[in-house]
Amino acid sequence: MREFWLGRLTSHSLPHDWVMVGGTATFIAMFLFAAVILTRTKRWKWLWNDWLTSVDPKKIGIMYFLVAGFMLIRGGIDVILMWLQQVLAVDGSQGILSADHYQQIFTAHGNIMVFFVAMGFIFGLINYIVPLQIGARDLASPLLNTLGFWLYVGGVVMINMFFVFGGEYAATGWLAVAPLSGIDFSPGVGVDYWIWSLQISGIGTTLGAINFIMTILKMRAPGMTLGKMPLFTWASLFSMLMAVAVFPLLTATLFLQFFDRYFGAHFFTALGGGDPMMYTNLIWMWGHPEVYILMLPAFGIFSEVVSTFSRKPIASYTANVLGMAGVSVLALSVWLHHFFTMGASSDVNAFFGLVTLVISIPTAVLFFTWIATMHKGLIRFDTPMLWFLGFVTIFTIGGVSGLVLAFPPADFQLHNSLFLVAHFHSNVIGGVLFGIFSGISYWFPKIAGFRLNERIGRNAFWCWIIGFCMSFIPMYILGIMGATRRLDHYESSTGYQPFFIIMLLGGIVIAVGLTLQIVQILASIIQRGHLRDNTGDPWNGRTLEWATASPPPFYNFTVIPHVMTRDAFLDMKRLGQFDQQYEDILIPKNTAVGIYIAILAFLVGFGFVWHINSLVVISLIGIIIIFAKRAFSEDSEYTLRAEEVEKLEAKRIAKVPAHEKEVKSLADEEDMSVWDFVRYVITFAMDIIRNKKWKTW
Amino acid sequence: MTAKHKISPSLAKLLVRMFAGLGAFSFLLWLLLRGQNIAILHSKGPIASQQRDLIIWSLIVILAIAVPTVLLLYFTAWRYRESHSSSTYHPEAKTGKIFNIIIWALPSLMMLVLAFTLVPSTHKLQPNKALAAQKPSINIQVVAMRWKWLFIYPEQGIATVNYVQLPKDTPVAFDLTADDAPMSSFWVPNLSGQLYAMTGHINRLNLIANVNGDYPGRSAEINGAGFAGMQFTARVSSTDDFESWVETTKQSSASLDKTAYQTLIKPSENNEVETYYPVDGTLYADAVMKYIGSHGNKAAHTMHDEGMN
Repeated sequence: MREFWLGRLTSHSLPHDWVMVGGTATFIAMFLFAAVILTRTKRWKWLWNDWLTSVDPKKIGIMYFLVAGFMLIRGGIDVILMWLQQVLAVDGSQGILSADHYQQIFTAHGNIMVFFVAMGFIFGLINYIVPLQIGARDLASPLLNTLGFWLYVGGVVMINMFFVFGGEYAATGWLAVAPLSGIDFSPGVGVDYWIWSLQISGIGTTLGAINFIMTILKMRAPGMTLGKMPLFTWASLFSMLMAVAVFPLLTATLFLQFFDRYFGAHFFTALGGGDPMMYTNLIWMWGHPEVYILMLPAFGIFSEVVSTFSRKPIASYTANVLGMAGVSVLALSVWLHHFFTMGASSDVNAFFGLVTLVISIPTAVLFFTWIATMHKGLIRFDTPMLWFLGFVTIFTIGGVSGLVLAFPPADFQLHNSLFLVAHFHSNVIGGVLFGIFSGISYWFPKIAGFRLNERIGRNAFWCWIIGFCMSFIPMYILGIMGATRRLDHYESSTGYQPFFIIMLLGGIVIAVGLTLQIVQILASIIQRGHLRDNTGDPWNGRTLEWATASPPPFYNFTVIPHVMTRDAFLDMKRLGQFDQQYEDILIPKNTAVGIYIAILAFLVGFGFVWHINSLVVISLIGIIIIFAKRAFSEDSEYTLRAEEVEKLEAKRIAKVPAHEKEVKSLADEEDMSVWDFVRYVITFAMDIIRNKKWKTW
Repeated sequence: MTAKHKISPSLAKLLVRMFAGLGAFSFLLWLLLRGQNIAILHSKGPIASQQRDLIIWSLIVILAIAVPTVLLLYFTAWRYRESHSSSTYHPEAKTGKIFNIIIWALPSLMMLVLAFTLVPSTHKLQPNKALAAQKPSINIQVVAMRWKWLFIYPEQGIATVNYVQLPKDTPVAFDLTADDAPMSSFWVPNLSGQLYAMTGHINRLNLIANVNGDYPGRSAEINGAGFAGMQFTARVSSTDDFESWVETTKQSSASLDKTAYQTLIKPSENNEVETYYPVDGTLYADAVMKYIGSHGNKAAHTMHDEGMN
């Protein structure tokens, strides 16, 4: 009976070592804090109605940002723990972590950064920006979008679940290669948490990708042919097409591994006719394109930023689009370069080495189109552009080291070394993360209605650049010295230790940069009056997202624009063509179906992790019932009358003071500095303490 | 839009700071590197040397493309900056057909140059390719276990754990497999690049060592809790020293039969060096064959392929 309801879950599963208990306490404290604030301010209903059940892609985008932001901090703490371990665990010393725990942390770090930080931010940006760029009012399937988001959250909760319900996380490396991840070598629940975290969020990604492909292909504003689509939208389209192509592969691979572990099948075992090498192939057939799924939207962001801040249309638009198309097609055919060292014949290795060389051609084309765009431009260097220049530097370092790795004999030496780790961090941090930072600082005024503090943004940028060099230049060197990745201890005679110390210091500088970015957002909120943009178009933008108010109304556009050229909004401004004919708008109703299905999907995964079959069956039945009920429901939309739109619009315009209707000069001298912020916070706190303000709370 | 960025330092100042910082940092790294074993650069045999040369050569060619491109990008950004002059601003400037051809042709050409090195070097440095040398080659069978390396010298009849001794200037053929262990990767960076050791497979890695000395070797692929301690020393000595080491080992070791093997294969971490004599000659084949059973003959295939190469 006990097993029927609780499976293998016992009190022994609860966390008991100090790092885990600390993590658990932090998580519980955070939830309690949020709950208390929500109760005190009577915001539960607002949270549920306005946010959690919302199908508005803009709100879902913001929720993606918040979750991904938290996960960035979580994954960052993992880095500091890992590097501290590598500084301390020399010769006889065990450092602060056991080998097993250290391995769990680097596995979690990889999964969190790729799935829940990079994917989260990218999906957030696509959610917020793509519908605006194509002049759409919402997505092809608003329900699918909220479901996709909540499945992503389900994955996030699952990966952090061992903090609460205990057990362990996978100690296998981020792709959990077989047979290490098989039941023989990893008998604990760690790999099961891994499987279900990726499975649930991965299905969410597939659904989200289908939705965005439909949206981009079918819901563009009249006149916007494919050839007039903004480049970020193109990038998102390619990225989502790749996601649809490869995420089912991940789903299938995870299911096969699950069958091996749960039912004793032999797909990937060494004994019983299974083949671990098949797992390595399958996981990388998904894993390599996955990196480009993240990279392409970042390329798109940089194309938008370079064009806007050079005040020129993107040069060689067609070459840029073809370049992205080339990258996405070739990315599907290079997976074997992740295991040249598995012993394939030299013909096979040479083929995949060559394709890896070829993929750099379309990437180089993108660089050339950016240079040509800046040529004869009038370039401003606001933070989005700074991130672009940082990207150029660091991504190039990653690209150069990546091309060296494309040579199979060179890879024999560098594979699995810290050189390889430094290589892909150069690409993922310099490419994806800087792309995200550039995109967020570029579109922040659209999202918030005021721009970000430039001054602190610059400080943060320099911390990231300096911290990156301090961390990853020594890492490249360690790789050349023959240091493998994932060492939880080593001998001092290797001479690695000083380099690990510099890496840790660099990590701290990056952490300062990340803190400054949080400070930047807080300082911008404090100074929002000064930073406010009432025009909706602070950068003299070219594409349609700047044609509507900031933040946009929930129906995005009062009037759907007609698109004539690629720089649709720039031409509208030039020609003064603004339609004022209001019309009725169909608005999708909020729904909790996404949350309910995601909760049940999470419970299915949790049931499988702990072998609680009753929970699995009940949850699966629940999903089917909710799905069926929703499928037959006709009550999913309502009409917003044209008169109401007109009223809402009049109300918005009335709020804007007359003297602020012009584009403000973007002088940053008056932006708060970090010290101004610190002074402000101290004054604020002193004010509360001196005047006993808490009594009124 | 006449923003003046007083808060950012002038370009000259910025460059001075950047180069000063990078210079000081490089100097510090250089100090720390002095006297260390920079394994991939300090190669002690022809295979590792060729791999090192390939790394350096490809790096130079790639940098020759990448650095000018990036410098051109920086220069363009600086040349057309807003505060410079607006007279060069031509928003209508278009890129021509020739530009479009160049941006595809130029990187393609460079990749073609790299491709002409990539393919032959891959064939030449294929790990299972037999190496020609004056001296006859020796064979060492390697079994990756949790978490240690077992080296069997079939011709000498001895076996060692976490220690391997090689005669200088002699081609050595390592036959890598694994027993009751996840995929592991056999790597002695001073002597050669790595190759995976997998259950039911034999991967052959050929190398020659030219310089006497002790070189660190280890598993480069994560394979469980004892991963970091799964290391060994590869000692390169003269042929005479090698022969006398074999003799000493024969005199001072316990035997490795099936029972001793069953004890050895139990998971252990940071294993000490061990030596065995005599060694049951069927152990290695059994270790490979037990993963093949009635389901196929992968190892047989692998052996066959090596013969073909």
